[in-house]
Amino acid sequence: MPSCPVCGAEVEVPIDVVEGEILVCEECGAELEVIFEDESVVLAVAELKGEDWGE
Amino acid sequence: MKIGASKQNLSRFALIYDQIRFEEKALIRAAEELGLSINPLSSKTLVLRSDSPPELDFALIRCISYFRGLHIASILNGLNISTISSFFTLNIAGNKLFATSALLKHGVKTPKTYIAFTPKSAGEAAESLGYPVVLKPVVGSWGRLIALIRDSDTADAIFEDRSYMYPLYQIYYLQEFVEKPSRDIRCIMIGGEPVAAIYRYSPPGDWKTNVAIGGRAEPCEINDELAEISIKASEAVKGEFVGVDIMEAEGRYLVHEINPTPEFKATMSATGKNIAAEVIKYIKRKLRR
Repeated sequence: MPSCPVCGAEVEVPIDVVEGEILVCEECGAELEVIFEDESVVLAVAELKGEDWGE
Repeated sequence: MKIGASKQNLSRFALIYDQIRFEEKALIRAAEELGLSINPLSSKTLVLRSDSPPELDFALIRCISYFRGLHIASILNGLNISTISSFFTLNIAGNKLFATSALLKHGVKTPKTYIAFTPKSAGEAAESLGYPVVLKPVVGSWGRLIALIRDSDTADAIFEDRSYMYPLYQIYYLQEFVEKPSRDIRCIMIGGEPVAAIYRYSPPGDWKTNVAIGGRAEPCEINDELAEISIKASEAVKGEFVGVDIMEAEGRYLVHEINPTPEFKATMSATGKNIAAEVIKYIKRKLRR
């Protein structure tokens, strides 16, 4: 399992995960973005809200 | 992925996204369940080329960044690739003043709106409209930077702040404050038809009703009048998949916003309606035409 870049805890990844998916670290609550790197999943802290984000 | 560079194994239907939220995941799952091959494309790695159009028939644009989605729609539509939402819909519905203008043109009731271009004239507009007034950025979502202004001192301070901001924030879009129940209505429109609606209740201590800031959702029955105004609003922006936001004010409906990339988690949860499946079914019908 990939680890949380904020607290280091292991983060469970759903089987049908898609690149760009947002997961929440159950240990520290950080919002993490899924990145595919060399056929494995790594996690990065998700981008903060942008000025033009919305519906 | 660079569209145009690797064309093999690509479905001709793309879902373009910034992040995969509940909605995008639900759309991907619905497409798989309904047998529509879908190609999720992250906008972050996308390169769109004027001299080498991507081999796509259609793209569902689900960007969370408004300007990114708008510009992707622009180039794809320019390359004769159809999108939901279209560049037209994103451009008009994504700007509150453009949307108000389209609603007025199509005879859709909307709150009284005054526009001004300097802090001084904005102050005069607010006085003329009568306090309290609501100041909204012409581009923005989730209730961000919306101010309920109760008096001229506050108005002057906010207008002065705006005068130091990016020029788009210096389009002073002022609306009457509509006395309404502590809720509004979000009606999801697919293919010009109302599919589901919810009441969105203001979070405690807030006058805004956006679910994104903690508002609560409950199912709302779509009566004839609600359907009629939602259909007209959707038509006003040539919407194929939009969320129409409606206020109830003294027995009348007023459309105050149209969302061209609607979130629908709260609507699915409150109504049980599978919005994602309805969108995919509509796209399948559209692709067959």
